[in-house]
Amino acid sequence: MNQAQFIAQHEQQWLILEALIRPMLIQPNDFFQEKIRALEPKLIQDADFSSLYRKVCQHLSLAQSRYYSPYLIKRLSLLVEQAHQVFYNFEQTYAKNNVFNAVWIFFSQTFPQTVRNEIKWLWLSSLFFFLPLFFMIFIIQIWPEFVFRIINPTIVQSIEEMYDPQLTHIGREREAGSDIMMFGFYIFNNTSIGFRTFATGLFLGVGSIFTLLFNGLYIGAIAGHLTSIGYSSTFWSFVSGHSAIELTAIALSGAAGLKMGFSLLIPGRKSRYQSLLDAAKISVKIMVGAMFMFFIAAFIEAFWSSSKMIPIYIKYIVGISLWILMCLYFISVGHTRNKASNET
Amino acid sequence: MLDTIKTIETPEGVELKLTCVSFFARGCAWFLDTAFQVIIVVIIIIILVLNFNNVGKGLFLIILFALNWFYPIFFELYNQGQTPGQAVMNIQVLSIDGTLVNWKASFIRNLLRTVDFLPFFYILGIISILLNKNFQRLGDIVANTIVVYKWELDDHIDIKKVDSIAPAMTLNAIEQQMILNYAERFNDFSAERAEELALLAKPLITPSVQKAFERQSSNEKYPASKHLLAIANYLMGHK
Repeated sequence: MNQAQFIAQHEQQWLILEALIRPMLIQPNDFFQEKIRALEPKLIQDADFSSLYRKVCQHLSLAQSRYYSPYLIKRLSLLVEQAHQVFYNFEQTYAKNNVFNAVWIFFSQTFPQTVRNEIKWLWLSSLFFFLPLFFMIFIIQIWPEFVFRIINPTIVQSIEEMYDPQLTHIGREREAGSDIMMFGFYIFNNTSIGFRTFATGLFLGVGSIFTLLFNGLYIGAIAGHLTSIGYSSTFWSFVSGHSAIELTAIALSGAAGLKMGFSLLIPGRKSRYQSLLDAAKISVKIMVGAMFMFFIAAFIEAFWSSSKMIPIYIKYIVGISLWILMCLYFISVGHTRNKASNET
Repeated sequence: MLDTIKTIETPEGVELKLTCVSFFARGCAWFLDTAFQVIIVVIIIIILVLNFNNVGKGLFLIILFALNWFYPIFFELYNQGQTPGQAVMNIQVLSIDGTLVNWKASFIRNLLRTVDFLPFFYILGIISILLNKNFQRLGDIVANTIVVYKWELDDHIDIKKVDSIAPAMTLNAIEQQMILNYAERFNDFSAERAEELALLAKPLITPSVQKAFERQSSNEKYPASKHLLAIANYLMGHK
């Protein structure tokens, strides 16, 4: 069969396939627009994408093996390439068109399930984070000067000023609208730290461990110091509200980074490369969940924790309830397994 | 490092050839994107400067955060793997099997940008691109993605139709393809260049050139290229 016959026989199918993928492309090819318009609409409506796609793949192979003209081969391979992208992307397309459904499945199933499956990494990361934290709180009660070994005295002083019980506001200095400003600041700052904790885990987990230890020591030193100088009512009531979600989010970021880093170090029965790929796919789910936790924590920290109107004991109650609720969320949500949750 | 072609075999048994992009074009795309981001930030500052109070500062920080981390993710997911800068450079982020990136891959490669940036200005990323056979930076390796050139079809070329002539000898498939390629590119050549190239196919065009020479007719210009075009028409199947 020569090329002219080949084109005459099959071009209609190529045009139909092109018409089918056209709405899904950002920049469709316009070279065959007139020919596509000339097609009967019924042909496009009745077309079966998958069988058509396979046929065109076959045409490409034939054109290649029969050494048809380079332009024809290029035309067919571009068509196949674009159809390939569309065809093997249906799940993604579905999730994109149903974002709320995808988000709902993520938080009602995927996220808590993933955290439960990877709980050992959360324990490990908590070890690196909470151990130095409580150690610092404890040691500063016995030896108050130790705080100056960790934190610069001028910074200690400015933190002391922020939590002075004499102030009308706690946390950083407050003016009108400052809640929103702090909300922005917490989102920008805390979430970025979380992301970096995760990313630097790629260096065999060292970056994550360092960030966890550093933050644990720092937060512990501040908490210990403010407690030891008698500012505990302002400090603990301020942090109690967002502590559950924020500290866990930090630990989860570390867990995601550790999983990724240790997958290179201890690949098990997989190749190191494969082990890394698999670990990253799971880690990123934890990280996205942690990101939303940072957002929630930032919201609580900006609008709830800083308020002086709310009695201290209510803040403590809310803080403890949030710890319990969060633990319940990770323990009990998402035990029913939905098919869609495997991939979204 | 020399071979930029990444061949992917699809489940249908067809081979797709993708051209990987090295760090220069990617760097240009990154600069363009950074410039766009700066422009957006400046516009926002201008809008907020009228009331740059604490509310404005808070919104500004949130927008800065979103631009910093989600600008590439958003465009990779909703613009077929192309940020505006990449669209200008005509490059595209794909998953290693040639499909569009999914959200997991996009998140991984863009969160790991932090690592590629280390110790300063994407040094690790550039080293990784130079060492990797698919030109992947660290984020690409972990996310299993590649950055490729997005090529487009040129304007539709129809081989110029003339009366076909059968070649005087049997041509193998590759030779046939070369003649078709010549005919497709015919319009891009000047007449002299087309003649020059056609003369290279001596055994094929000798008879007609000789004939023209014998006739000494002055209106028979460029006999070799005309003859080769006629052969191309024959190979195509135009009668």
